[in-house]
Amino acid sequence: MSRKIVVGYDGSQSAQAALDFSVSLAKAEGGSVVVAHVLEWSPYSFLTPQELEERHKRRGEELERAETAVLKPIVDKLSGSGVTVSTALKYGHITDTLCKIAKDEGADQIVIGRTGHSGLATRIFGSVAGSLAQAAPVPVTIVP
Amino acid sequence: MKNLFRAAAIAVPATLAASAPAMAQSLDQTINDGFASATGWFVSFIFSPFPGTTFPWIVAWLVIAATIFTVYFGLIQFRAFPHSISLVKGDYSDPNDAGEVSHFQALATALSGTVGLGNIAGVAVAVGIGGPGATFWMILAGLMGMASKFTECTLGVKYRNEYEDGTVSGGPMYYMTKGFAERGLPLGRFMAILFSVFCILGALGGGNMFQANQAHAQITNVVGEFPGWITGIVFAGIVFAVIVGGLKSIAKVTEKVVPIMGVLYVLTALVILLMNANMIGWAFGEIFRGAFTGAGVAGGMVGALIQGFKRAAFSNEAGVGSAAIAHSAVKTKEPITEGFVSLLEPFIDTVVICTMTALVIIITGQLVMDANTGMYLLDEGASTIQTVGDNKGVALTSAAFSSAFPFFKYILAIAVILFAFSTMISWSYYGLKAWTFLFGEGQTKELIFKVIFCIFVIIGASASLGPVIDFSDAAIFAMAVVNIVALYCLMPIVKRELESYMSRLKSGEIAKYH
Repeated sequence: MSRKIVVGYDGSQSAQAALDFSVSLAKAEGGSVVVAHVLEWSPYSFLTPQELEERHKRRGEELERAETAVLKPIVDKLSGSGVTVSTALKYGHITDTLCKIAKDEGADQIVIGRTGHSGLATRIFGSVAGSLAQAAPVPVTIVP
Repeated sequence: MKNLFRAAAIAVPATLAASAPAMAQSLDQTINDGFASATGWFVSFIFSPFPGTTFPWIVAWLVIAATIFTVYFGLIQFRAFPHSISLVKGDYSDPNDAGEVSHFQALATALSGTVGLGNIAGVAVAVGIGGPGATFWMILAGLMGMASKFTECTLGVKYRNEYEDGTVSGGPMYYMTKGFAERGLPLGRFMAILFSVFCILGALGGGNMFQANQAHAQITNVVGEFPGWITGIVFAGIVFAVIVGGLKSIAKVTEKVVPIMGVLYVLTALVILLMNANMIGWAFGEIFRGAFTGAGVAGGMVGALIQGFKRAAFSNEAGVGSAAIAHSAVKTKEPITEGFVSLLEPFIDTVVICTMTALVIIITGQLVMDANTGMYLLDEGASTIQTVGDNKGVALTSAAFSSAFPFFKYILAIAVILFAFSTMISWSYYGLKAWTFLFGEGQTKELIFKVIFCIFVIIGASASLGPVIDFSDAAIFAMAVVNIVALYCLMPIVKRELESYMSRLKSGEIAKYH
């Protein structure tokens, strides 16, 4: 059976660990990896008139930067690894968007890195891992 | 002659607080007199009443326009209200457009430009002069103004300029030029230029000096008298940092805090109403009684009507054209959707927030009534209603809220300052758009306007330039004269868009994503 793994990737060290884990898993089971990068965005945030005017332009620049600085190096690096790698780049709430990508791609599981926060910060801001575990449509693996 | 102009200018009801530092007195006087004699004719023309009445024609102009749009689009503000809410929630937004300007963001930004002193000070003036009955007419004018906003914002998006680099520019000057050309009408370019001139003047005045002046008045209310130029320089410095320095953090903080302040204001008002729940029926009774009988206020029923209509128009800017600039950056394939969203703006601004202010003033018993006759007692001069503690304008609102929560006057002072600041940022942008329309885009040209804008912050805060500010208010309403003529000429285009959209919505061609 060919497995499809969505890995949440933001360029951080723990995300790298999650990616390595996913790739080795995919290799072992003959599956493919979708590297998902989510740009945090809320349609209910507040912007100045100047920001509204430039938003479309900025969005283009942000997507471009994420594509070249975050996703392309990964794809290049993994091109000789024997694992099929594709990418997904979206704006939105991180948890919701990862779930949506997993659903759209028909993935079998989601892999994310651990942020390493605990205690107060998590209590105030919540954690992606925690909410993803509650909301995901497929099994979630959290890599330390 | 000079005195005649001055008298005319002062007669314009503006809620200005005298804040001139003594040392600038003679200079102020010189500027005032010079400016009044040069511009007084314009101010008295814009605010002049119909012959033999006290009803300013500009108020009638705005209300008649709102009525015509309401009828022409078949009560669009009620028909489309639920759909407008769906649009703001994002039900019809393509998820692949995430990261673009949402309907909610366009609405929130436009609102932060209009919610401000009009909702706090303006309403107090209306109720202080016109009695509780003014509230009824204010709500009515707010409801009708929704149709004006709908019309102008649809056109703003339809005829915006989208540049190659992805930025957008929209507003009345663009629908005047492009829309008139499309319909084969003459004078589009001329009207756009006229509108832009008024828009720049309005931005420097009502959108800047008036705000700086009132912010300073609030600060002195809390901490005591000090020279206005200090407030002016601090404010100008912050505004400069934001609009010239591109210091987004300050703007971001304001853009976040202003909505919170707005919500806090409405919630506090609701709590006060709940604390006096047994009085709510009575308050609405007073509003209806005042609206149709006058209840002893100056000018009777007509006085209440003028005050209500005027304050609604001053507060929500429906028909002025400023909102069309703010709303035009939204991401949508259908210009009419932004029209639907924008009609919520006068609803939130006037029907909700202004009404809250009025109800709190009425319910906390700020207006002095003769217990025997049920008539309101008038001040000496018989132009305003007597209030507990003799408060007027923003002080009346402050007293009403403080009677329930004594600390609220500090929160209100902060709210007024923040509202003033966000209104300035919005209007600096509107003014800049008009400026670049006239003189073209370019770093130096834009910088010139921004520096002029900052200088006017200092002037506005440091002196009680009554005639200057009256003139600027007049300029904002002059924008409405030009804009509404354009709306009349272009409203068939909006109707076509509306019919096409509605039929596709009905057939299911336009469907929800969620």
